[in-house]
Amino acid sequence: MDLEKFLVLSAIIFAIGLYGALARRNVITVLMSLELMFTAVILAAVTMSRYVASREALAQTGVATESVLQTLLTGQVFALFIIVVAAAEIALGLGIVIAFYRSRETVDISQANLMNR
Amino acid sequence: MLFQDLIFWALAAVAVVGALGVVLLRDVFRSALLLVLVFLTVAGLFFFLAAEFLGIVQVLIYAGAISILIIFAIMLTQNVQEGNLPNGLQFAAVLLPALLLVALAFVAFDTDWRLIADLPAVGGTAVEDAAFRDNTFTLSKLLLENYALAFGAAGTLLLASIIGALSLVRER
Repeated sequence: MDLEKFLVLSAIIFAIGLYGALARRNVITVLMSLELMFTAVILAAVTMSRYVASREALAQTGVATESVLQTLLTGQVFALFIIVVAAAEIALGLGIVIAFYRSRETVDISQANLMNR
Repeated sequence: MLFQDLIFWALAAVAVVGALGVVLLRDVFRSALLLVLVFLTVAGLFFFLAAEFLGIVQVLIYAGAISILIIFAIMLTQNVQEGNLPNGLQFAAVLLPALLLVALAFVAFDTDWRLIADLPAVGGTAVEDAAFRDNTFTLSKLLLENYALAFGAAGTLLLASIIGALSLVRER
């Protein structure tokens, strides 16, 4: 039951973030919704690492070695890499937002239509 | 156990309400502050999941650095009075996440998970105690031995994104 409640919480946060990314016109809100979705995915990865046994650990019948125990933490390693990519994404995204605001004097994402005229 | 459940449900409720506030509030600055709240509650959940290193990283990077970046961008674009308007896609934008949520919840409840708690014990202690006892040490070992190449690539990615962001916002 513990596993499911964490997974459902992460799914709820992901769905809210997806709604924000689809339905809002302010670019900064869209970026914040993307961050919500990243956070939900990290939460799911850490939950899996905490509760779900890896294939190596399942194959082990006798005494589990240290390296097998380490594979249980792979989800947390992936969460760390997702955090790094999210940080890079938000830095570049906000740079684009500021460049866009300089050229158009707005943060309305529907005004970003240079390739759609 | 009851106390832990209570804290979990409190954190979950704050996270969901805060996330709703982030996408629904009209004032973008308040959304940014609620985003910090959501990040902090998720950091609290990480401590529940025996991931104390990630919990601290979450507070430092998300609640510290990324939220400061977002608040700076809000102040630089000075569009607080116009705020956070919805676009014309409301129906599809509610339907699609709702469908996704139902599908994800179905998968979470329907899958036959192979839990760590069901594994045979290791040297007298349960596997979860042995694996999550020294979280930071084990994580750093895994990161710098098995994932050393990805670790270096992540550093390169951060450097490239910093240079790209600088060249985007530079005055011409």
